Amino acid sequence: MAVTQDDRAPAGAAGTDLAAAASPVLPADLPPPATLSPLSAPVVALNDFRGRHPLAALLLQRIGLSVVLLFAVSLLIFLGVEALPGDFAQTYLGQSATPQAVANIRAQLGLDQPAVTRYLSWLGGVLEGDFGKSWASGQSVTSQIAGRLGNTLFLAFFAAIISVPLAVGLGMVAVLYRNRFPDRLINVLSLGAISLPEFFVGYLLILFFGIQLGWVSFPSTVYSGMPFLARLQAVALPVATLVLVVLAHMMRMTRAAILNVMSSPYIETAELKGLGAFRIIARHAAPNALAPIINVVALNLAYLVVGVVVVEVVFVYPGMGQYMVDAVTVRDMPVVQACGLIFAAVYIVLNMIADILGIVANPRLRHPR
Amino acid sequence: MKDQLDHLARSAVAGGLSRRDFLGRAAALGLTVTAANGLLVSAGWAQTPKKGGHLKLGLEGGSGTDVLDPAKYLSQVLFVVGRNWGDTLIESDPKSGEAVASLAESWEASPDAKVWTFKIRKGVQFHDGKDLTVADCVQTLKRHSDEKSESGALGVMKSIGEIKEDGGNLVISLSEGNADLPLLLSDYHLIIQPNGGFDDPTACVGTGPFKLTGWEAGVRATFEKNPNDWRDDRGYVDSVEIVVINDATARVAALSSGQVHYINRVDPKTVDLLKRGPNVQILSTSGRGHYVFIMHCDTAPFDNNDLRLALKYAMDREKMVDTVLRGFGKVGNDFPINETYALFPEGIEQRTYDPDKAKFHFKKSGHEGSVLLRTSDVAFPGAVDAAQLYQQTAAAAGITIDIRREPGDGYWSNVWNVQPFCTSYWGGRPTQDQMYTTAYYSKADWNDTRFKRPDFDKLLLEARAELDKSKRSEMYRDMAMMVRDEGGLILPMFNDFVNASTKAVQGYVDDIGNDMSNGYVATRVWLES
Repeated sequence: MAVTQDDRAPAGAAGTDLAAAASPVLPADLPPPATLSPLSAPVVALNDFRGRHPLAALLLQRIGLSVVLLFAVSLLIFLGVEALPGDFAQTYLGQSATPQAVANIRAQLGLDQPAVTRYLSWLGGVLEGDFGKSWASGQSVTSQIAGRLGNTLFLAFFAAIISVPLAVGLGMVAVLYRNRFPDRLINVLSLGAISLPEFFVGYLLILFFGIQLGWVSFPSTVYSGMPFLARLQAVALPVATLVLVVLAHMMRMTRAAILNVMSSPYIETAELKGLGAFRIIARHAAPNALAPIINVVALNLAYLVVGVVVVEVVFVYPGMGQYMVDAVTVRDMPVVQACGLIFAAVYIVLNMIADILGIVANPRLRHPR
Repeated sequence: MKDQLDHLARSAVAGGLSRRDFLGRAAALGLTVTAANGLLVSAGWAQTPKKGGHLKLGLEGGSGTDVLDPAKYLSQVLFVVGRNWGDTLIESDPKSGEAVASLAESWEASPDAKVWTFKIRKGVQFHDGKDLTVADCVQTLKRHSDEKSESGALGVMKSIGEIKEDGGNLVISLSEGNADLPLLLSDYHLIIQPNGGFDDPTACVGTGPFKLTGWEAGVRATFEKNPNDWRDDRGYVDSVEIVVINDATARVAALSSGQVHYINRVDPKTVDLLKRGPNVQILSTSGRGHYVFIMHCDTAPFDNNDLRLALKYAMDREKMVDTVLRGFGKVGNDFPINETYALFPEGIEQRTYDPDKAKFHFKKSGHEGSVLLRTSDVAFPGAVDAAQLYQQTAAAAGITIDIRREPGDGYWSNVWNVQPFCTSYWGGRPTQDQMYTTAYYSKADWNDTRFKRPDFDKLLLEARAELDKSKRSEMYRDMAMMVRDEGGLILPMFNDFVNASTKAVQGYVDDIGNDMSNGYVATRVWLES
């Protein structure tokens, strides 16, 4: 099929990652067998494993790196919170702090210990699967975060299932009518939406749909035990805001990636065969443009989970972002750490999935020889 | 005129105006007595409270880190939550601020005000059906006065020596006499819990008009009516829902769209816009909170009283109230007490903006160059604007003020009570004694003006134990004059509490004690359909 003859590397951020992951399989990278010393036998075995199972090798490598990365993230968060002025005892009590009360809290939480000791004891707990208790509420961090994470994922899920197909679809339509009216309209509208700050988009939606028309309820507070339909209605406005915010980025990347492929010779062949324009885009061009699209989608999905604190505040939606901000405000370290690690893990996992899908979508990487 | 009348009628209903006053003023606006009377009735005068309905409050001041233990209550949301489910021994009168009975039926003091005996009400039941006992009250006060306690009332409880049950009454002994002890027990942290809350401090089992049915920190709290309430003059609605809305715009939107009945912390800048809503009423209550500029009396250059006086005369108080508070407040006179306190010293001359006097004292102080003022928007709403306005009025008196804008995060631990000149705010206290003890007594932790005068301390202690009101009043006048003329406090304004509700909300009581009808908003109002 024409696809395998195309020698253009996929554009976008994934390009370098894929090349790095794929490079060990090239014969040039293997040392000549004659120079092998007994010591390097495991290396050969490893390279052999990589050669036969590139996907599994990539996964193992990424998981290993992720653990190191999460560790580094936790250290950074710890140092960051330490560097903020005032500790938990002072900030939690605020203007009503008395030296006596501050000392009581410090002694109770062990804040009078050196920073290294505190970090190591926290890390020890995490390695045993215990994220500790929130300093402010005394409740287990895990149980407290679960509800908030659920809310965040609920919102992100609905924003994603609307925005991703919409963005890819509109991107294809834009290619189909490139440089004509529908393309321009899609571009102007989506760029307009992305140019407005999200809180402003949010306020506009509240004003029209919440107050003047009264179609949807506001504020978007959700709570445990809320009926599913009521919950859906509550998230309608924040979902709409998020869709408007992430749409343009994904749509324009889809458009650019497909247009890039559209100039290749095999597309010309397909045209000369007499295939319809939409069929060419959907069946022949889009699959080869998938890798960059997947990457930008992954990036936006990650944003939907970790970057929506402004939307949460405007719509009064109890998600993770607001929870983490509350915790940072009072320097509630166990909660900040747990939130930070979850956010970092979301980024890592989504990027990993994007890379894997990039390989799966590309037969040359799927079948390396 | 409609607005004026509405306002008058509401003032009359809320108690700010007598019925006769209202009719008189309405007549001045050209209304017949019958019409005015009709208006009064529609505004809720002498109306019987209507029972039932679901009341929704959209409140600022909740966080994911909030805890239900009343000892740890700090924010606005928890303040209201506590008032809903629990009672204190004493309440303060919404108008006079005097101590009135609640779970304590009556009380009496020994002549030196050192030993107080409280008779505890009988036949009151907690939400779990158990009877309220004197032991519960003793345990509650003990929990909050423990040295290791993290209670917000620890400062108030420090002076208490011994708490015990004696002859079926609650007896409190103090190390030094305190004529205001009953009012101290109205502190919102001191909610009486079964066994003092030692068993389960966060259970929210109390004697209040509402039972807590749902709670998510920083999100929402729900309540249902306590059918077994020992009082019948409160708790009119069937259920209450508090939604945490920390964003000011979102609060206004939620009220305008009718999704909530009541919101707190309305920004004075947006009041005029909000008032345009046909279904919205603004509820402003004058209070004891004040916005301040504080100088350390023991730190150069502010250790010079002439410089302090120069800076006091350079403050245009009227303009501050007009621009920063948009009129929702009253001018201050450089001492932390206003007429809402019992024994307020009447007739002290109002300090006004006087560039000439400011110039005179500035020159006399011998200070050269500028003065550095630190500020941040967390100090009080509009603090940065206020600092700039002050900079202008001071410049007209030949005083250069440099403004340094500090990050809001950490302001209370790094700037306030640390740096020698900054902006800040104070909420009120139930009594003059408590206000002065908290912030002007030389050994106080929060003496944020470093005002240390043995003669002032002596007067403060004497006044505290003085049961003769006229003598005490005289002492408070002397203390006010000391702070006003020699202290490090510049107090340009007392801020009103500005809240808003839909017109369905009736029976709102303007309570001078604290914001949101002293936290009792949900227990006092009813819903008119």
